Amino acid sequence: MTAHILIRSLDRGAAIFLVVVGAIAILVPILNLAVPVSSTLHLPTYLVALFGKYVCYALLALSIDLVWGYCGILSLGHGAFFALGGYAMGMYLMRQIGTRGVYADPILPDFMVFLNWKELPAYWYGFQHFPYAALMVVLVPGALAFVFGWFAFRSRVTGVYLSIITQALTYALMLGFFRNNFGFGGNNGLTDFKDILGFNVQAESTRNALFSISCLALMAGFVVCRAIVTSKLGKVLIAIRDAESRTRFLGYRVESYKLFVFTLSAAMAGIAGALYVPQVGIINPSEFAPGNSIEAVIWVAVGGRGTRTGAALGAVLVNYGKTYFTSGWLAPYWLFMLGSLFIGVTLLLPRGVVGTFEHWLTQRRARAAAASATAANAASAPPKPQPAE
Amino acid sequence: MRFRRACLAALLVIFGVALIGASAEAAGLDDALAKFTTDDFSDTADGINDVAASGSARAEIIVRALQDGRLMFSAERKAVYIKDDADKLTDAASGQPAAGDPPADLDNVRINNRLRGVIDAALGGLTLLSHDPATRKDAAEAVFKSRDANALPRLEDAIEKEQDPRIKQALMQAHAAIVLASDDAKDEDKLAAIPIIQQRGDQDALAILQSLPADTAAPVAKAAASAAAAVRNRLAVWNAVQNAWYGISLGSVLLLAAIGLAITFGVMGVINMAHGEMVMIGAYVTYVVQETIRTRNPALFDYSLAIAIPLAFLVAGFVGILIERGIIRFLYGRPLETLLATWGLSLILQQAVRTLFGPNNREVGNPSFMSGAFDLGGITITYNRLWIICFALAVFVALLGLLRFTRFGLEMRAVTQNRAMAASMGIRTSTIDALTFGLGSGIAGMAGVALSQIDNVSPNLGQGYIIDSFMVVVFGGVGNLWGTLVGSFVLGIANKFLEPVAGAVLGKIAILVLIILFIQKRPRGMFALKGRAVEA
Repeated sequence: MTAHILIRSLDRGAAIFLVVVGAIAILVPILNLAVPVSSTLHLPTYLVALFGKYVCYALLALSIDLVWGYCGILSLGHGAFFALGGYAMGMYLMRQIGTRGVYADPILPDFMVFLNWKELPAYWYGFQHFPYAALMVVLVPGALAFVFGWFAFRSRVTGVYLSIITQALTYALMLGFFRNNFGFGGNNGLTDFKDILGFNVQAESTRNALFSISCLALMAGFVVCRAIVTSKLGKVLIAIRDAESRTRFLGYRVESYKLFVFTLSAAMAGIAGALYVPQVGIINPSEFAPGNSIEAVIWVAVGGRGTRTGAALGAVLVNYGKTYFTSGWLAPYWLFMLGSLFIGVTLLLPRGVVGTFEHWLTQRRARAAAASATAANAASAPPKPQPAE
Repeated sequence: MRFRRACLAALLVIFGVALIGASAEAAGLDDALAKFTTDDFSDTADGINDVAASGSARAEIIVRALQDGRLMFSAERKAVYIKDDADKLTDAASGQPAAGDPPADLDNVRINNRLRGVIDAALGGLTLLSHDPATRKDAAEAVFKSRDANALPRLEDAIEKEQDPRIKQALMQAHAAIVLASDDAKDEDKLAAIPIIQQRGDQDALAILQSLPADTAAPVAKAAASAAAAVRNRLAVWNAVQNAWYGISLGSVLLLAAIGLAITFGVMGVINMAHGEMVMIGAYVTYVVQETIRTRNPALFDYSLAIAIPLAFLVAGFVGILIERGIIRFLYGRPLETLLATWGLSLILQQAVRTLFGPNNREVGNPSFMSGAFDLGGITITYNRLWIICFALAVFVALLGLLRFTRFGLEMRAVTQNRAMAASMGIRTSTIDALTFGLGSGIAGMAGVALSQIDNVSPNLGQGYIIDSFMVVVFGGVGNLWGTLVGSFVLGIANKFLEPVAGAVLGKIAILVLIILFIQKRPRGMFALKGRAVEA
C-alpha cells in the first residue's frame, strides 16, 4: 500500500530513474555471477568494481546537486566529505585485517607498526565494530559540515566566497592527511583490506553485493533528495537559491535551511565515500585534492543542476569518458577534453544534458497545450497531430 | 756608484740572514716531515702539528697536500713528496722536483676523520697570517671552531699584527674560545674571554658558553651562565627578526600573486581560477627568454629579467584579454559558472604547457645581481628575496598610481563602484572589463617572472599559489589594493611565525582556520567596500 502511494507520488522521470537503477542493481550481479564466463553476455569482475565506483560517484554528484542545484551553495569541498566517509570505512577495514597484516600486529594497523607507534590512538577506538564505523561514516562528515556551515552561513558567507572557503577546507584536510603523525597512514593512506563484515573484499560475490548496495544507496539518496526538494522545505530552498535576501525578508531563517541541507548533503557524500573505499580497495589523501571536488561539480553541471537524475547521469557519463580516454592513446589529451568540458558546458549547455532535455519537453508540452487550446476554441478544425521529433 | 755598492751589500746581508733563517726552519721541517714516513696515525697527527709549528713557508702547502691526499712518502728513503696533478713528484721540504726515479715503496700518507680535524685546525692556524683578508677571516673562524690550543701562539702573533678591526675581532673571539675551552688557562683570562664570546652572540658562542669544562671555577661558571642567558636572549630576538623577514618575503610573493586577482575580482567580481596559470605563463616566458639569450647572446644574461618582465606582462595580458573576450564575457552575472569555466581553462593551459615544454621542472637562472647573500646582524639576507620584495612593492605602487592618476584607472574605479552609472556616463564598460582583465593577468605574468627566481618552473607552478592568493583577497577585502597589501603581509608573517611552532602543514591549516574565523567577524574582508557595490 505504502509502496503504491510512493510510486504514484513519483513523476515519470523519477520512476524511470529508480526502475533503471534497480534493474542495474539486479542485472549486473546476474551477468557477472550467473552467466558463464564463456558467454558474450558475461560481465568481468573488474567491470563490476568499476561500475560500483561510478555509482558511488553518482551518489556524490546527487549530494552536490542537492546543495548546488536546489540551494545555490556551490561547495568546492564535497570531495572532503566523500573522503572522510571513505576514511571512516577504511579505518573499519584496517581494523578487520588483524593479524593478517605484514607485521601481524593484532591491534595496530601496519603503518603504525612501521612508524613505531606503541598503541592505538584514541580516535581509532571502536572502529573494529561495524555499526560504530557506519555511524562515523555519516557523523564525521555531517559534524564537520555542521560546524563549518554554522560558522559560514551565520556570517552570511555566500557565493564565490563560500566556494573558495570550502576549497580551502578540503585543501587543509589534504595537507593534514598527508602527514604521518595524523595517524591515517600519511601518503599511502589506508589499503590492503581483507574483510568486510566477515566477507572477503576481493571475492566476486562481495563485489557484486557491494555494487547492489551502492545502487540501493543511490536510490535511497535519490528518494530522500526528491522528498526534500518537492516538499515545502524544498520550495524554501529554491527560493533561497533564487533570491536569498528576499527569502530572509519574508521571515525565513535562511541560514538554518542552508545548514540543514548542507549537513545532509555532506552525510550523503560520506556514505558515497564509504561505499567507494571497499570497492576501490584504497583511500589516500589525494581524494581530498581540490581538483577532485571541482571535477565532481562538473559532473553535476554536465548532467544538469537541479535535476537529480542529471547529476547521477553526469557522474556516470564523465567518469566513463575518463576511463575510456585515459586508458588509450588519447590519454595525454584527457585534460584538454576535461577542460573543454568545463568551458563548453558552462557556455553552451548551462542546463546540462537532462536539464536541456526537460526544458525541451516542457516547451513541447506547452506548445501542444496551446495548440489543443486553440483547437478547442476553434472547434471546427480538428487538432493537428504533433510532428514526431 | 757608492750607492749601488751599498745597496748590493745590504741585499747580500738580507739574503744571508734569510738563508740562515730558512735553513734553521728547514731543519725543524725535516724532523716534522720524518713523522709522516712511519705510516702511523698518531705520528701523522704529531707531524701535522710540528709542520704547522715549524713556521716554514712550505707548511701550508704540505698540509694542504695532505688534506687532498697528494702527500706521498717513502719509508725506505725516509723522504716525503708532494704529487701534483700530473703525477710529478716534488720534494716536500724544498719544493724542488724529486731527483732520480720515484722510490719503489711510494705510498699516500693516510688520513682518517680525526686527522682531518687536526688538518683543519692546523690550516686555520697557518693561514692566520695570509695576505688575503678573506682567508685570514676564514682561518680565524676555523680556529674558533676547532679550539685547537696549538694555534694559540700563532693566534696571539696574528692578533698583534692584524689591522682590520673585523678580522681582529674574529681573532680575539677565536683566542677567547681556546682560552675558555682549555683546562690550564687562568681564571682571570677566562673571565676576560667571556664578554668577547658573548659579543659574538650566535649559536656557536652559546655552545661554547654552555660547554665549559666541569671543573671551572665558580665565578667563571657564573659569568658564563649569565653571558649564555644574554646570548640566548639575543638569539631569540634575531630569530624573531628572521621570522619577520621570511614572513615579509613570503608576503611579497603572495602580494605579487594576489594583486592581479584582486583587480579582476574587485572590478568584475570574476573568480579567475586560471590566475595561477597566468603566473606560470610568466615564469615560462622567463625561461624562453633565458634560453634564447643563452643560445644567441650569453653576454645579455644579466638583463634577461629586464627583458622578461615587460614580455611576460604582454604575453599574459594578451592571454588574459583573449580569455575575457572568449569566455568570461558570456558569463557575467554568473560567478559560479565563471569559476568552473576558468578552472577548466586552467586545466587546458597546464596541459598545453606540459605538452609544449614537458612535465619536468625547467631551469631558470638567477642573474648575477640576484645571487648571493649578505649578513645583517644575526640573519642572512639573500639578494633574490630582497629584490622580489622591492619588485612587489614597485608593482604595487605603480598599480596604485595607475588607478589614481590615469584616465583608465578612473574609468576602472567608476566601473567597480557602479557599473550601470559608469555605463550611462559614457564609459565603455566592456572595453574596461577586457583591459582590466588583461591588466590583472599581465601583473600575474610579471609575478611569474619573480617567482621563477625562487620556485621551480613547472606546469604546476600556479596551482601552488592559487588558494593562498584567494585567501589573501578574501582576507584583505575585495576592490581595495591596500587590503591586498596588508592581507598578504599579515598572512605571510603569520605563516612564518606559526611554522616553527606548529610545523609547516599545521601552520597552514591554522591560518586557514583563522581566516574562516576572521570572516565571521568581517565577512567581506579587512578593507570592505561600503555602499551599494557590496551587494552587486
